[in-house]
Amino acid sequence: MLLRVTDLIKSYPGPDGAVAILNGISMAMDRGETLALTGESGSGKSTLLHLVGGLDQPDSGHVAIDGVDIGALDDASRAAVRRDKVGVIFQQFNLIPSLTVASNIAFQARLAGVEDADWTRDLTTRMGLADHMAKYPEQLSGGQQQRVAIARTLAARPALVLADEPTGNLDETTADTVLDLMLTLVAETNAALLMVTHSERLAARMGRRLHLRAGRVA
Amino acid sequence: MTRAGLHALLSHWWRNPMQLFTLVVGLSLATALWSGVQAVNAEARASYDAAAATLGEGQFAQMTSDAGMIQQADYIKLRRAGWLVSPVVEGRLDGVRLIGLDPLTAPNGLGPVDLSDGELTVDVLTGGVFFATQDTLDRLSDYNVTLVPSPDVAPGVILTDVGTAQRLLDMDGFLSRLIVASAQPVNQAPLADVAPDLTVRTPQNGTDVARLTDSFHLNLTAFGLLSFAVGIFIVHGAIGLAFEQRRPVIRTLRALGFPLRRLVALIAVELLALSLIAGAIGVGLGYLIAAALLPDVAATISGLYGASVSGTLQLRPEWWLSGLLIAVGGTGMAAATSLFQLARMPLLASARPRAWAMQAGRGRLYQAALAVGLLILAALLGAFGSGLIAGFGMLAALLIGAALALPVVLDRVLAFGSSRAKSVIAEWFWADTRQQLPGLSLALMALLLAMAANVGVSTMVSSFRLTFTGFLDQRLASEFYVYADDADQAAALQTFLTSRVDKVLPIQSADQDIRGLASEIYGPTAHATYRENWLFLQSAPDAWPRIEAGEGAAINEQLARRGDIAIGDTITIAGQPFVVLGIYGDYGNTIGQVIVTETLFNTLFPDIRALRFGLRMDPADVPALSAELRDSFGLAESNMINQAGIKAFSLDVFERTFTVTGALNVLTLAVAGFAILMSLLTLATMRLPQLAPVWAQGLTRARLGRIEIIRAVLLALLTAALALPLGLALAWTLLAVVNVEAFGWRLPMYLFPLAYLRLAVFAVIAAVLAALWPARKLARTRPADLLKVFSNER
Amino acid sequence: MNARVLLLLLWPFAASAQGFAGLGTETDGFATPQSPAIFDFPTDHGPHADYRIEWWYLTANLQAADGAPYGLQWTLFRTALAPEQGAGWSSPQLWMGHAAVTTPDMHYVTERLARGGIGQAGVTADPFEAWIDDWQLTGPDFDRLTMTASGPDFAYDMNLTATGPLIFHGNNGYSVKSAEGQASYYYSQPSYTIEGTLTLPDGDVDVTGTAWLDREWSSQPLSDDQTGWDWFSLSLDTGKLMGFRLRQTDGTVYTSATWITPDGQTTAYPDGAFNADPLSTATVDGRTIPTRWRVTLPDRNVDVTVAAINDQAWMQTSVPYWEGPITVTGTHTGVGYLEMTGYE
Repeated sequence: MLLRVTDLIKSYPGPDGAVAILNGISMAMDRGETLALTGESGSGKSTLLHLVGGLDQPDSGHVAIDGVDIGALDDASRAAVRRDKVGVIFQQFNLIPSLTVASNIAFQARLAGVEDADWTRDLTTRMGLADHMAKYPEQLSGGQQQRVAIARTLAARPALVLADEPTGNLDETTADTVLDLMLTLVAETNAALLMVTHSERLAARMGRRLHLRAGRVA
Repeated sequence: MTRAGLHALLSHWWRNPMQLFTLVVGLSLATALWSGVQAVNAEARASYDAAAATLGEGQFAQMTSDAGMIQQADYIKLRRAGWLVSPVVEGRLDGVRLIGLDPLTAPNGLGPVDLSDGELTVDVLTGGVFFATQDTLDRLSDYNVTLVPSPDVAPGVILTDVGTAQRLLDMDGFLSRLIVASAQPVNQAPLADVAPDLTVRTPQNGTDVARLTDSFHLNLTAFGLLSFAVGIFIVHGAIGLAFEQRRPVIRTLRALGFPLRRLVALIAVELLALSLIAGAIGVGLGYLIAAALLPDVAATISGLYGASVSGTLQLRPEWWLSGLLIAVGGTGMAAATSLFQLARMPLLASARPRAWAMQAGRGRLYQAALAVGLLILAALLGAFGSGLIAGFGMLAALLIGAALALPVVLDRVLAFGSSRAKSVIAEWFWADTRQQLPGLSLALMALLLAMAANVGVSTMVSSFRLTFTGFLDQRLASEFYVYADDADQAAALQTFLTSRVDKVLPIQSADQDIRGLASEIYGPTAHATYRENWLFLQSAPDAWPRIEAGEGAAINEQLARRGDIAIGDTITIAGQPFVVLGIYGDYGNTIGQVIVTETLFNTLFPDIRALRFGLRMDPADVPALSAELRDSFGLAESNMINQAGIKAFSLDVFERTFTVTGALNVLTLAVAGFAILMSLLTLATMRLPQLAPVWAQGLTRARLGRIEIIRAVLLALLTAALALPLGLALAWTLLAVVNVEAFGWRLPMYLFPLAYLRLAVFAVIAAVLAALWPARKLARTRPADLLKVFSNER
Repeated sequence: MNARVLLLLLWPFAASAQGFAGLGTETDGFATPQSPAIFDFPTDHGPHADYRIEWWYLTANLQAADGAPYGLQWTLFRTALAPEQGAGWSSPQLWMGHAAVTTPDMHYVTERLARGGIGQAGVTADPFEAWIDDWQLTGPDFDRLTMTASGPDFAYDMNLTATGPLIFHGNNGYSVKSAEGQASYYYSQPSYTIEGTLTLPDGDVDVTGTAWLDREWSSQPLSDDQTGWDWFSLSLDTGKLMGFRLRQTDGTVYTSATWITPDGQTTAYPDGAFNADPLSTATVDGRTIPTRWRVTLPDRNVDVTVAAINDQAWMQTSVPYWEGPITVTGTHTGVGYLEMTGYE
C-alpha cells in the first residue's frame, strides 16, 4: 500500500480553545489510484492533504507512505519524503517567483536528484509550455502557471501526487484541459492522485471519492 | 473624522509594535551616529577654540623685550604715548600656565571668561580670582584666591588679573609681554622714542603642528558628513518601510471616503512627531557615545596642541539642532517621495506589500544612469576641478554615485552567479537573493557607505600618522632644539654648547620672494642629519652631495606646486641663480622653503646669524642640559624643544586617535548592521509566500534559515568588495584633493591591507548578527504559518 | 571679561538703568555729599577717592573759519569699587575716558579704560592735570588748560582760558537729584574760550569757540526709581542755563536748573521750575531718542527750541548714551550741549 492513513486527529488553536478539524480519519491508496476528497469548507480536506504530504503533524494517528510512518521522522527526513515521494499542486500555484519557468519545473526533480531531461521536455511540450521556458511565472496566465506547477510536480515522478483545488482558480474550459492532462500524466507515471475539490463534475472523473463532514469520512 | 483617521493610522502601530520600534530605533540610531560624531568633533574644536581664544595669540601683534621681561613703567610710558597695548604676565604655578591680563585694556577682555556678576568683577580686579577648568583648578594648591570653574578656558591654563598674576609669580613691576590692539590712535609717538628695547612681533598664523591639526579636523568633518549620509539612508529605509506596511490601512481609509489631502497631512504630522521623538532619543544616545569616546578625543587634540582639553562634555545647542534636523530632515526627504506616491496611488491599487521593494525596470535604469552620471561627475571634478568646494563636491558625487550604483552592480553580480550555478539550490539561492536585493538595497547602501567611510578614515588617519612621524623625524632630526632671543645670546649659546654636545647645527633662515612667492631660505650645516632625514619626493641624481657642494638648492613641495617649479628648473635667490636639485615634502608649512648649503647661505646673506640651533646629543642628557640652559641663560621653556619627548607624545596621541576612530568604525558598522536587521525582519514576513513552496518541495526550515545567513554573508562580502575601492577613492580624495585645496600640500597615501581585512570581517560579523535573528525566526516558523500560504481561503 | 559689565560698575547711572540698582545707589561705606557744601580749591579740583563716582566733563561748541559748527567732548570718569585710594593693580579706583568730535554729518567717538593704581590715569589738583593714557587736560591752574585726545580716526589739541568764575549749582554746590534727597557736589566752569586744531580723516581744522566744564562727585547720585536723565547746558545771548530732568519709572520727572548771568551770578531753581519736553525724535542706533526739545524756564522768560546739530551724536561706548552739540532758537538764541542717558 502506497499510502495508509490511520485514525488521524488534528485540531488547531482557535479564539475559544482548540477547534477539531479531523476527528479520526482512516483511509488508504495504492499506486495508480485516483481519489477525490470532497466536503464543505472547513470539513478538513486541506488539513488531511497537508498531513498526508508531511507538511504538518497530526495530533494523533499515523500517515504511512510506502510503509514508513512519516510522523516518526525528524524534520529533515520528512523533508526528504516530501522531496522524493510526494508532489503537491496548490490552487495558488505557488511557483518560485525568482526562477524561470524552466528552473521552476526542474526544481523539485533536481532537488530529489531524479532529473530526467527527456521526460521534462516531453512534459513541457505536452503541457504547451515549450515556448515559455525562459519566462518568469508573473509573465504567465493563471492556466499556464498551474500547468507549470503540475509539470514541476510530475517532473520528479512522485509516487503520490497531492492536489489542492488545482483548477480552482481557472475557468471551466481551462480547468478541464488541465485536469485531462493531469490525469493522463498521473496514469502514465503510475502515481496515485489525491485531489481536494468541491466540484462534483471533477470528482466524478476520479476513480474513488471520499466525502468529509466535520472531520469524519461521511 | 480626523480623529477616526488618526486612530486607524495609529492603531497599526499598536497592533505591530515591532514595526514602530524598528522605525524609532532606526531614526534614533541614524541621529545618534550623526550627533555622536558631531559631538566628538565639536568638542574637539571647541577645546581648540578655547585654547586659541584664551589669548587670541594669533590675532594680535605682541610686544616683547629683548631683556626678557618688560618694566611696568615702560607699559605706562607706552600707554601715555598713545600706544594701545595691554599687559600680560605669564608664568607657571604648580606646573599650570598662569596668564594674567588686564580686563580693562585687553582687546579680548578676559578671553572666554564671561563675567556678568558685578561682585565677581570687583573681586577679579581688587582681590584675586582664578578662571580655569575644574580639572586645572584641582591641580592647584591654596593661593587664597576665588576659584571659578570655567569650562571655556583652555585646559592647563589659569586666567586671572594681571595684578594677581604679578603677586603670585613675584613679578611686581614687571610684565611678560604686551598685546598690541589692532586699532591704534592717529597720534602716537614712535616706539623707538618711547621704549627702544621693545620689539613688535606681527600676529602669528599658528604653528606647523596647528596646521597639521587643521587638516586632521577637516578630515574628521568629512567623516561626519559620511555618517550623515549613512544616517540618511537608514532613515530613508525606515520611513519607506513604515509607509508600505500601512498601505492597506491607507487604502481602506481612502475607500471609506477619507479625504486624501487630510490623510497626507495626518501622516506628515504623525511622522514629524515621531521623528522629533526619535531625534531627541538619538541626540541623547549620541551624547552618551560621545561621552564614552571623548576622553580619547580630548587626549588626541591635547596632544597636538601640547595642552589638555577639559574632560567635561557639554551638550551644546548646535548638536540638538543638527541632530533633530537630521531626524526631521531625513524623515521629510524619505516621506516626501512616499507621500507623493500616496497622493498619486489609485484608490483601488492592490495591496502589494512587496511593491516598494520591487522597483520597476525603468526606475532601476534611471538609478543606474544617475549613478553613472554622478561617478563621471566625480571623476571630472577630480581631474579638472579646483577649490575646496570641488573637492567636497567630488566626495559627495562619489559617495552618492557609488551608493546608487550598488544595487545595480550587485544585481549584475548575482545574475552572473545565477548563470554559473550548478545545483538547483544554488540556482534558487542566487535567483532568490537577486529578488531580495531591492528590499535590502537601502540597508546595503548604508553598509557600503559605512565601510567606505571606515576604509577611508582609517587610511587617512594611518597615513596621517606615518606622515606626521616622518615629518617629526625630518624636522626634528636633532635630539634637542634651542632658540636664542637675540644674536648675542645666540653667540654665547653656541660657544657654551659646542663643548657639551656632539654637534651644534645652526639653523639660519632668511625671508625671500621666490617667483613672487613668500619663502624662507635655510642654510643648514652640511651634516649626516640632513642627508639621512630629509627625504626627497623628487630629486636629481646625487642631489645631496651636489647641494652640499653648492651646485643647487632643494625646495619644498609647496613652492614647487605654487611656483610650478620642477627638478632642473632655475630659481633666483638674492639675485643669484640656482638649479633645483630636489623637492621635499614639507607637511604643514604654508609658505615656500629653499635649502642651500651653509657656506652659500653665508655668502648670500652675510648679515644673518643663526638664532636657532639643533643639537645632536645623547637624548638622556637632554633634561640636564635643559635645566642648565634655563639657569645660566634664563632661556624660557618655549625656547627649547625636546625632540624625543615630542615624538613619544605624538605617537601616543595617535594611538589614542586610533581608539576613537576604531570605536567610530564599530559604531557605524553597528548602525549599518541594524539597518540590515530591520530590512531582513521586514522582508521575512513578506517572503513567506516565496519560501513556503520551496519548503513544501522538500527543504527544511533549518536549511532555509542557514541559507538566509549565507545570503547575508554573501551580500556583506560583495558590499565589502565594492566598499574597498570606494573607501580608497574616498581616502585619496581627502588626502590628495581636499587637503591640497585646503592646505596646499598633499598627504601621501599609504595602504593598510590588514586593516581592510579586519574591517571586512567586522562587516561580515555585523551582517551575520543582523541575519541571525530573522534566520532563527524562519527556522522556527510553525508549519501552520507556512501552510497559510497554501490556504485557499487567503 | 564682559567690558559692558565693567562699565556698568563704572557708571552708576547706567547701572541703575540696567537694573544694577544695588551697585548704583547704595553707599556701602562711601562718603555722601553733605549740605552745606564747603569746597577747598585747588584740592577739590582733584579726585575724591572716598566717593563712589566723580567726573571731569568738558563739552565745547566750536566753529571753523568757514563757519562750520563742531562739537567736542572730553570726559574723564572715576569710579571706586571701594572707598579707598589703594595702590598698584589692586587699587579699587577705575577710570574711563570718553572723547568725541561731532560735525553736522559725522560723530567720532573713542573710549579708554584704566586702573587707578598704576599711573595710567588719574587727576592731580595742583598743578592741575587730568589724564588717561595719552589724553590730557592739564594746566598751571584750572583757568588755563590744554587738552588733547586721540582715537583711531580723530584727534584734537586745544587751549582753554576761563573768562569767568566757577559756578556752583544747587545750594552752593550741593545739588539735589531726587525728592528723596540723593545729591552730589556739583560745580562748573561754563566760561572757557577755546581754540585749537581738530584732526579729522579729511584733514586738520582750526577751530574756536566756548567750552563748559562740569565737576561732579557723589556716591548715590540716582534714586532707585530714576531711569535716566536729560541734561542741557545752554550758552544764550543773555546768560547761561544749566538744567536737567531726571526721568522716573512712574513717568514723572525731577528737574533742577541754574541760571548764570554774564557776570557769573547764579540762581538755583528747585524741582518744577525748569521744563524740557521732547518735540521730535530721531532713530539712533535702533532707539528712539528725542533730538528736538522745548526748554522753558518761565522765571527767566526762557522758552526756546533746542535742536541737535547732528541727530546721530551717539556715544557708541561700552555703555552707550547720546551727547552732542545743539543750537538754541526762540526767546533766546545760542548754542549748547545736550546729554541723554537711559534710553534703552
